[in-house]
Amino acid sequence: MNGPHDLGGQMGFGAVAPEVDEPIFHAEWEKRALGVTLAAGAMGHWTIDESRYARECLHPADYYASSYYEIWTKALERLLVRHGFVTEDELAAGRAHGAGATPKRVLRAADVPGALARGGPCDRAVAAAPRFSSGARVQTRTMHPQGHTRLPRYARGKVGVIEAVRGGFVFPDANAHGAGEAPQHLYTVVFSARELWGEAADATLSVSIDAWESYLEPADEP
Amino acid sequence: MTARVRALETVLAEKGLIDPAAVDAIVETYEHKVGPKNGARVVARAWTDPGFSEWLQNDATAAIASLGYTGRQGEHMQAVFNSADTHNLVVCTLCSCYPWSVLGLPPVWYKSPPYRSRAVIDPRGVLEEFGLKLPGETAIRVWDSTAELRYLVVPLRPPGTQGWAEEALAGLVTRDSMIGTGLALAPEAAP
Repeated sequence: MNGPHDLGGQMGFGAVAPEVDEPIFHAEWEKRALGVTLAAGAMGHWTIDESRYARECLHPADYYASSYYEIWTKALERLLVRHGFVTEDELAAGRAHGAGATPKRVLRAADVPGALARGGPCDRAVAAAPRFSSGARVQTRTMHPQGHTRLPRYARGKVGVIEAVRGGFVFPDANAHGAGEAPQHLYTVVFSARELWGEAADATLSVSIDAWESYLEPADEP
Repeated sequence: MTARVRALETVLAEKGLIDPAAVDAIVETYEHKVGPKNGARVVARAWTDPGFSEWLQNDATAAIASLGYTGRQGEHMQAVFNSADTHNLVVCTLCSCYPWSVLGLPPVWYKSPPYRSRAVIDPRGVLEEFGLKLPGETAIRVWDSTAELRYLVVPLRPPGTQGWAEEALAGLVTRDSMIGTGLALAPEAAP
């Protein structure tokens, strides 16, 4: 979706403000927000893609007014309600009122090191051969899906070059919506800044994205 | 947010959906165990061991795992090497994808709109805000982490460090130098 999260090339947010000796967390609640988000995700009822989509669906005014852990927390609340684990009333009261959905599993402290060390690999075998090879010119599709996509707006309808063929990966545009992993070949596609931003752009700058095969069409040689 | 997150955790714990001790263990991991020292060790090894450097270039996930760094948000690693001609910079314009297994949790600026919006259109301006002014002829390559590949920048080894041991070299490798918003420290700036 063309949501508030799709920030590449937007203007008006001001200077980057690196913080000297930045602490890992700025408040105790941030620690709990991180841990609760990961522990709830470990129940196994939604994917990372559905999580990202829930964050993207925050109202733009809310998204931009929220720190990243606030965005995580607000999206987690929505996921928990959507999947029947908690109710809005329970969240407002800070107390459980009754049973909800039954989790597939609950992450125990003893299992945390193993779970974090394993992570969640999302490379998958794809039977078909890759459609594109390294060096091929491609054009990204112009599309504006209502659902989740990982093709940023600034890189739609642009001509670039396949720099690397990365293998098969879970397709977020399907997986975020419960439509299965539907893996596709993934490519690193590099664009000149002039292709992305016009003739006035820095000639020494190039930008790459990682793009699933269905984001791409062959492009004619120049 | 303190009350809101406490309410959320309380409801989930009362319903048996999360184990607060597991939350503690997750926090402990990212507060004390996983951080940019991991990445610095990877870079220092690449500077001192050409075989490891080649492995890192060809199969970063396996090379990094050989040092014991694996897992969440580091499942599919790519190492990108700065050269005399090209400087690499990593961003995630769509969210905050970041190689946790080697750098830990991302800093606030990495997750915030100013960096995410400008890194792909005005990287030189962004780098100047980090105090880094690259020569005009140095090409900049920005990697937007739009999929599950996670990028680690391997900065140039600073001059004047011939013969340094891996551990001392690792002390020159800052977090920002592995994102691309900085360079490795000069020997005289060693901590």
